[in-house]
Amino acid sequence: MAQGQAALLLLADGRLPAGGYAHSGGLEPTVQAGRVSDAAGLERFLVGRAETTGFVAAAFAAAACERVARDDTAALSALESELDARTPSPELRSVSRILGRQLLRVMSTIHPHPHFARLGTVPHQPVVMGVAAAALGLGPRDAALAILHESVAGPAAAAAKLMRIDPFDVHAALARATERLDRLADAAANHADALASELPSRGAPLSDIAAEHHRSWNVRLFAS
Amino acid sequence: MRWSAKLSTLVPDKPAMEENSMAKTTPTNEHRALRIGVAGPVGTGKSSVIATLCRSLSDEFVIGVITNDIYTDEDARFLRSEGVLPAERIRAVETGACPHTAIRDDVTMNLIAIEDLERDFAPLDIVLVESGGDNLTATFSPALVDAQLFVLDVAGGGDVARKGGPGIGGADLLVINKVDLAEHVDVDVGQMVADAEKAREGRPVLAISRKRPETTSQLCDWVRQLYRAYVDGSHAPVDPGPMAPHFHATDDGGHVHSHEGGHTHHHHGHE
Repeated sequence: MAQGQAALLLLADGRLPAGGYAHSGGLEPTVQAGRVSDAAGLERFLVGRAETTGFVAAAFAAAACERVARDDTAALSALESELDARTPSPELRSVSRILGRQLLRVMSTIHPHPHFARLGTVPHQPVVMGVAAAALGLGPRDAALAILHESVAGPAAAAAKLMRIDPFDVHAALARATERLDRLADAAANHADALASELPSRGAPLSDIAAEHHRSWNVRLFAS
Repeated sequence: MRWSAKLSTLVPDKPAMEENSMAKTTPTNEHRALRIGVAGPVGTGKSSVIATLCRSLSDEFVIGVITNDIYTDEDARFLRSEGVLPAERIRAVETGACPHTAIRDDVTMNLIAIEDLERDFAPLDIVLVESGGDNLTATFSPALVDAQLFVLDVAGGGDVARKGGPGIGGADLLVINKVDLAEHVDVDVGQMVADAEKAREGRPVLAISRKRPETTSQLCDWVRQLYRAYVDGSHAPVDPGPMAPHFHATDDGGHVHSHEGGHTHHHHGHE
């Protein structure tokens, strides 16, 4: 972990211009439905997200990183379809590909690398994260940690706009989550060389339903 | 008249262009439209200005529009309902309640939207990008647009132009809209224009109303002129910048600089 720490910070930084600020990670419809209304609720939401879709994304990021590092290009498209299969909501599949495309656009511009040519035009965000990590000389665990960080930092940043909450409480929840994210990144990295079909498939059905409702709203602050 | 310029003729080896033209194209785009940003506070008439431009210029240019709404895709819907362009050439980008970020700090979403539009409807001549209504400090990054106009209106107060700021001071064109309302809100349009011209150090100001066709035709002429300059390579994008001109005290007495023209200053020792 000592090697590449600066590159990992670059990749995980919310200020990387990859359009993440337009998304709430499902927090907006969850707040609207009354399922999150205070700091404790937000913390439960963040933990739930990290443990379910965040962990799945982390495993796919780790797997993409591992595969591209050993030149297994064909395996990347298998990851794409396996991740589609683990994302029941069409809306969330679309969001993941939009964010992936944006991340690809940024990373291939700021740090050109032959790896990026192996991705399709609209790849899933975790797969791009894995490939970008490899392009920066990072390993599968780094890729997993970056996407886990993104999975909680995104909705945490959106919380201040969506609910009445003290920003210090938001970041206290993130601080308490750090050990969990490290643990999840370890576990995700352990799957890096597993068959795509054997990668974790934890689900968050309420998030899928909320995303579909959210898309139908006429007025919303966030794109997802 | 139908302009259709190839990218190769638009990005010549002119230092002025090279230095300033940060707007990127994808390798698949051999055609690159002139990209014009429209910024300004909420309710000043950005959508209306765009509708006017589309209505008046669509016989001469193939135009596409990207809107950036704060909460909805209402601006895109408004423009589609106006029937000024084929509906599919008007697309909305959702900016997550950060309209200023989407045109300045993190332009990736808008950049991709523009490139998609240019690819899907090639060859486009002009893409108009409407910022979500924000505040007086929000301006477009030169990475996103080639030129920008900033829209104020008389109903927002006659003193707003005098306050200056990056959009008012540095946009390629300042539009003072709804001048037909001036008498109802006790604003002296002549004075507002004079204030604006002073804040802009000679850059153009147009006072317009969609109810006075002679004023909107001036706006259209400005766009035609800009397009010609863009095509012949003489248009040099400028950056209104996030900062107003300011003074630096130094050992040799200090200097004033303006942060314009994509010119980058490296400040040492006093930040």
